[in-house]
Amino acid sequence: MKIEFKLFSHLGKFLIMLGRMFSRPARWEMYLRELFRQMTDIGVGSAFIVFLVSVFIGAVTAVQTAYQLYGTPFVPSSYIGLIVRNTIIFELAPTFTALILAGKVGSNLASELGSMRVTEQIDALEIMGVNTESFLIATRIIAALITIPLLVAIAAYSGIMGGYIATSMSSYYSPEDYIRGIRMLFDPFDVQLMFIKSFTFAFIVSSISCYMGYYVKGGSVEIGKASTQAVVYSCIFVLLADYVIAALLL
Amino acid sequence: MIEIKNISKSFGEQRVLNDVSAVFGSGQTNLVIGISGSGKTVLMKIMTGLITPDKGNVFFNGRDFYALSRNEQKDLRREIGMLFQGGALFDSMTVEENVMLPLNMFSNATKKEKMDRVNFCLERVNLNGANKKYPGEISGGMKKRVGIARAIVLNPKYLFCDEPNSGLDPRTSIVIDKLIIEITKEFNMTTIINTHDMNSVMEIGEKIIFLYKGVKDWEGSRTQILDAEDVNLNSFIFASDFLRDARDALKEKMAREKLG
Repeated sequence: MKIEFKLFSHLGKFLIMLGRMFSRPARWEMYLRELFRQMTDIGVGSAFIVFLVSVFIGAVTAVQTAYQLYGTPFVPSSYIGLIVRNTIIFELAPTFTALILAGKVGSNLASELGSMRVTEQIDALEIMGVNTESFLIATRIIAALITIPLLVAIAAYSGIMGGYIATSMSSYYSPEDYIRGIRMLFDPFDVQLMFIKSFTFAFIVSSISCYMGYYVKGGSVEIGKASTQAVVYSCIFVLLADYVIAALLL
Repeated sequence: MIEIKNISKSFGEQRVLNDVSAVFGSGQTNLVIGISGSGKTVLMKIMTGLITPDKGNVFFNGRDFYALSRNEQKDLRREIGMLFQGGALFDSMTVEENVMLPLNMFSNATKKEKMDRVNFCLERVNLNGANKKYPGEISGGMKKRVGIARAIVLNPKYLFCDEPNSGLDPRTSIVIDKLIIEITKEFNMTTIINTHDMNSVMEIGEKIIFLYKGVKDWEGSRTQILDAEDVNLNSFIFASDFLRDARDALKEKMAREKLG
């Protein structure tokens, strides 16, 4: 009973927080400035790590797929490219990027807002008459909704490139087969699905992390806990949403 | 003028404020004093709308804060300046940007007008030249002064100061106290200060409210405090032999001055 009450209490607070974001900004210029600052932090700040991880994931996927298919007479080697492309677009690019960003961006958002709460900076904005949900949270969520799908697109491209690099270095399969494979049986809906996932994950990671940070009470220990919880809950809900989207749309 | 009526607040089973009422006049420094945990900060947060009371009302020149809509409350808050205990400065912004933030948010003034206003406020708190410094590069006393500059930049009618002297040396404390009283008189603001700094009480306490276990235990001025017979107040204010001796000496001096 107590756990259910806590769950509904958190859900209610979360929905109230989201509801309060929708108010007319006092000054658009300030909100846009904050939005661009967040886009730089989330997007530019995470681009390299997303690129690096995706290249290796693409390469590993290609090598492991090649290993599975090695010696199989009935499956053409171009299927490596097809499998790598679909695995990356369907699953690895959106989900891995979301999980990486849950760790990097999610913990950063939670600890930044948590520190602002503990050091009374949020109270200071409230007293100035600023809608803090709109100024601090909406800008971060919108920044994530803009930049995370772009990062996912980068991840997909670099993952497929990683696969190409791996096949180029292999003596068993030719890069030409790989290229033929990634062009085979392409359905644009796959990319749409990738973007549906990435928007959903962007919302989950940013909103949960902002919620955790915004309502921190206490001191540095609680900020640390909130930061950890932001990562854990973001990952859980990303994986849950991943399954729900796959079950509903495929 | 700010009037609070029958303010009560509990957190769970714990009652923090119990039926507190008071009137804080404009153009004077109003002090709320009490031991740690007596409810001072909660009362200030209720007055500024950061915590909602269980019962009671807060009137700003007759406007009942908690009867206003959320947007009206936001409008009213633009008439409030607040100095926080730790300064609450934005670490990623310079001193100048911190002070300019309320102007950027709510003022339609030109960039030059805003800059002039920021420079005026920084000059008023004796911080000219610190514009480009970050909060991490300045001392605690300077942070408080930046906090005051930011609090007054929109010409507020009401100024709230939460423990403005905490963490400061006695000399800097006096500077901050003097600054607060000067600004209060200069701009005819209603200033409410939470403190347990005895020097502040005796220097700037034009009106003093003593909270004890969430109840208003005593009300008066700094001169009346010398003759107060409230046991809780006396054990709080004149806690040491030194302070008791100082009080007796002061009373004697005042009596001598009265006679001749």
